Amino acid sequence: MTLTQKPSTPPEIGGIGHSVRRHEDDRFIVGQGRYLDDHTLPGMLHMAILRSPLPHARINSIDTSAAAAVDGVVAVVTGELLAQYNLAWMPTLSGDTQAVLATDKVRFQGQEVAAVVATDPYIAEDALELIEVDYEPLPVITSPQQSLAADAVLIRDDKEGQTSNLVYEWEAGDGAATEVAFARADRVVSLETHYPRSHPSPLETCGCLADVNSATGQATIYMTSQAPHAIRTVFAMVAGLPEQNIRIISPDIGGGFGNKVPVYPGYVVATAASLVIGKPVKWVESRSENLISTGFARDYHMKGELALTNDGRILALRVQMLSDQGAFYADAQPTQFRAGLFHVVTGSYDFPAAHVQCRGAYTNKAPGGVAYRCSFRITEASYLIERLVQTAAYELGIDPADIRFKNFIQPDQFPYETPTGFVYDSGDYPTALRSALDAIGYEKLRAEQAAARDEGRFVGIGIAHFTEAVGAGPSKKYDILGLKMIDSAELRVHPTGKAILKLGVRSQGQGHETTFAQIVADELGIPVTDIKVVEGDTDNTPYGLGTYASRSTPVAGAAAAVVSRKIADKARKIAAHLLEAADDDIELQNGVFSVKGTPGRSVTIADVSLAAYTNLPDGMEYGLEDVHYYDPPNLTYPYGSYVVVVDVDPETGVWKARRVVALDDCGVRINPMIVEGQIHGGLTEGFAKSSMQWITFDEEGNCSGSNFMDYLIPTAWETPRFELLETCTPSPHHPIGAKGVGESATVGSPAAYVNAVIDAVAHLGVRNIDMPLLPDRVWSAIQSARATGG
Amino acid sequence: MFPSSFDYVAARSVEEAVAAKAGAGDDARVLAGGQSLIPMMKMRLAAPAQLVDINRVPGLDALERTNGQLRVGALVRHADIARSDLAFGAIASAAPWISDPLVRNLGTLCGSVAHCDPEGDWNSVLLATGADVVARGPSGERTIPITDFVVDFFTNALRDDEMVTEVRIPVPNGRSGGSYQKLERKVGDYATVAVAAHLELGGTGAIARAGVALTAVVPKNTKVTAAENVLVGNHPSTELFEEAAELAAQASEPRDDVRGSAEWKRNVVRVFTRRALTAAAAQAQQG
Repeated sequence: MTLTQKPSTPPEIGGIGHSVRRHEDDRFIVGQGRYLDDHTLPGMLHMAILRSPLPHARINSIDTSAAAAVDGVVAVVTGELLAQYNLAWMPTLSGDTQAVLATDKVRFQGQEVAAVVATDPYIAEDALELIEVDYEPLPVITSPQQSLAADAVLIRDDKEGQTSNLVYEWEAGDGAATEVAFARADRVVSLETHYPRSHPSPLETCGCLADVNSATGQATIYMTSQAPHAIRTVFAMVAGLPEQNIRIISPDIGGGFGNKVPVYPGYVVATAASLVIGKPVKWVESRSENLISTGFARDYHMKGELALTNDGRILALRVQMLSDQGAFYADAQPTQFRAGLFHVVTGSYDFPAAHVQCRGAYTNKAPGGVAYRCSFRITEASYLIERLVQTAAYELGIDPADIRFKNFIQPDQFPYETPTGFVYDSGDYPTALRSALDAIGYEKLRAEQAAARDEGRFVGIGIAHFTEAVGAGPSKKYDILGLKMIDSAELRVHPTGKAILKLGVRSQGQGHETTFAQIVADELGIPVTDIKVVEGDTDNTPYGLGTYASRSTPVAGAAAAVVSRKIADKARKIAAHLLEAADDDIELQNGVFSVKGTPGRSVTIADVSLAAYTNLPDGMEYGLEDVHYYDPPNLTYPYGSYVVVVDVDPETGVWKARRVVALDDCGVRINPMIVEGQIHGGLTEGFAKSSMQWITFDEEGNCSGSNFMDYLIPTAWETPRFELLETCTPSPHHPIGAKGVGESATVGSPAAYVNAVIDAVAHLGVRNIDMPLLPDRVWSAIQSARATGG
Repeated sequence: MFPSSFDYVAARSVEEAVAAKAGAGDDARVLAGGQSLIPMMKMRLAAPAQLVDINRVPGLDALERTNGQLRVGALVRHADIARSDLAFGAIASAAPWISDPLVRNLGTLCGSVAHCDPEGDWNSVLLATGADVVARGPSGERTIPITDFVVDFFTNALRDDEMVTEVRIPVPNGRSGGSYQKLERKVGDYATVAVAAHLELGGTGAIARAGVALTAVVPKNTKVTAAENVLVGNHPSTELFEEAAELAAQASEPRDDVRGSAEWKRNVVRVFTRRALTAAAAQAQQG
């Protein structure tokens, strides 16, 4: 571990470690970005979707005649019509099935029932109001507990052999060893908590523009997708179209956060409509449609128990988790892990035994538990263990920082295999937490807290130390629908020494056009401004599983480094030829190839690039380009220590974050400015979830969070100021030592905020308040703790 | 988000606007800032047949003090009030709490008053300060006390052929103070609970006039007369404000919802009324 990291290239090359200004920003700042809805094709039609007002109902009939008669309406599509093409149902990314347009029943409010294709979007919207659907309401299930009750109505009666609402049962760890440890424990501390349903809410909603050429069968689909290659393959499998005739173009994307990983019914209907009508069809969701029907996140009901010694040493962890999956099991996650990587719940601590039991249940809510910046459920896992450790500290009367130091995995224990099967690559947790505590002035704050309590003021200090597991993943364990989670990079260096790097991932705002160019710049010494990064067009980029779960840098970034090294190897041979020296005597530094021990003899990468097309050694193939498919040997394990200070108003329950100190160790930072931007975003999202943000339903299953007045996104006004720190512990197995950071702060910070508020009222006996910590929940917790004499 | 079709009239005078509105009956809506109306139309919660745009009408943007009144024209934006030296007491206190900067730059006080959303802020401030609403119809102008103007939630006292041209707020002569205490979940949110307080002190330092009104915890913005009665004639004190706060809490009719429990909201009414009165008294005693 080092505290700082220095770039090895000069600024004019702009390799790893330089805060290079983002290449993509010029076009976004002047309004020249091109998002999905900016695309227009000749003869293009517009599609709008009719959605179910009821969360659970049988469809008796659908009358589309009045809508079809509206001037300008070209087609009205129903599930019955799609069934004729075998498209009424589609597979989900978790191997379940999902209705494209409902045929038998609607299973959540907002489910797709019919679609209108018209010459303009206003007409399409008007015609929707004329479709008459006869619904027969059915009992509604709004919680997984209710769903698994013996007398619960069966939601998925479409599935043969499905006799209950149970979606899956899955476990990790060693149950027997864990029981033994619990039997030996001095103390058992438990915590039950709900991580509520939230929504990724990218500012650009989902949509597509499908253009099927009826003469050639070529389907070109512009789509807001984080994973264009995977989507193309799924489309080929769903629609039976030949894969070479499907081209997915994922243009500039206005935020994804996991929401743009799945295949949505609108994509399928628009493509089918274009195929049948023979004209391009555009579909773009409204904000409300995005919020009520597309992939949600979280909704985990969790119970965790720690077996402890009296002096605070953790012996074992036992977890039971029940997830609310909605009406279709559409999680985007590796196949063999039914609850994502939730079993990383043992966190940053060293103890021998853990047992994690997971179940999922169907409910009448929207499907699609996507990872909302959570690395496949690690947000939930990290939240649970950090809340649980904090609870244990109070119950045992140990300082919340001390109990963490006492149980941390130590630096000399890496690589460290956890009881649930992860092999953490590297880390120095005690230094990270100590640095964060020193920065915030921990001991002094504890003294202030005690004094404030005497005056009736509540101050809280919350700690969270998270460890993430990102960069899925090694092909022996990680696939989605059988597709291995590898990723790739193709690098072409042109005769003038300028380069194009093509990748299978897709940036949604992360700055790939800058950071991946920096990797190549670092390896080859080509100035970063001379490297163009291309992503998002399946016809013009190599295969890859896409951008989510913080995997772009760990997987595609590694591919970019390795392909650069392949190019460097060939370039070295060409340089040797030009310099009339032996291959082994050629050194490459900052874009200059020189002969060892003879610094005067050198050629530049530009010279070598020209030679690659003009002047080669005998027998060498022309050109300077290559491709690399990277299969990571392990996940990477970024971590961090966050400390939050809050002031709680005892009279109203209103709390404010006074200070937020966030130390992140994500290994080598390619572009420190972009890394800090990612952390700022994640800390803001953590603040959102801890304070105000959740998708709410009433008892009848109506979603009451269908717009940004009801589903809250914090603004700069209420978001606290962040103080960032870093350490750098490179990943030993990643080619450039990077670990990925896209989700770190979203994973780590919610527990820090919540622990801070709980810490402010812990002296009253409060141990848990479920997120979001709305003022009324905080106030009620204070009231009931006082009433019970806490 | 595509609204239903509608006709659009850009009025050049109040007379033109009133005539257009009269012509379309209850299917017409006046468009000033449009910060509530346009989102409702885009969500198809409102589908007026005609919009009467008054943004080109000269003279409606006046914000001035004349004849002991603060006069706020129909095109005065929230932001104009927030940065005006003419605003005072609860008016000045509430202005920066109206939604967010974007809404404040376009939305108008008169539009908010006419909208009568019980979660809207201005009507409570006007109830506490005792303002009047000026309406214009085909047969001329009339002045409606705010207590009569706010009829019910989303229901005002205007006739179909009338529009609001101005709001007039009395400017106190002597020592006075006011405060608006608002609890919102984030900037731009409607109030979860808000309390407007206005106090005028007499020569002896006793309270000569008091206004207390509630936002979001009653079906319509409501004046708490019982609390006002307790305050008038007495000297400001913690005990007095606690008594008034208790009466305000009793007058509130909050409901359980996603923002919180009724019990908690009633408690916040109590706390905020006390804080608003304390702030108002401190301001009055300084001036």
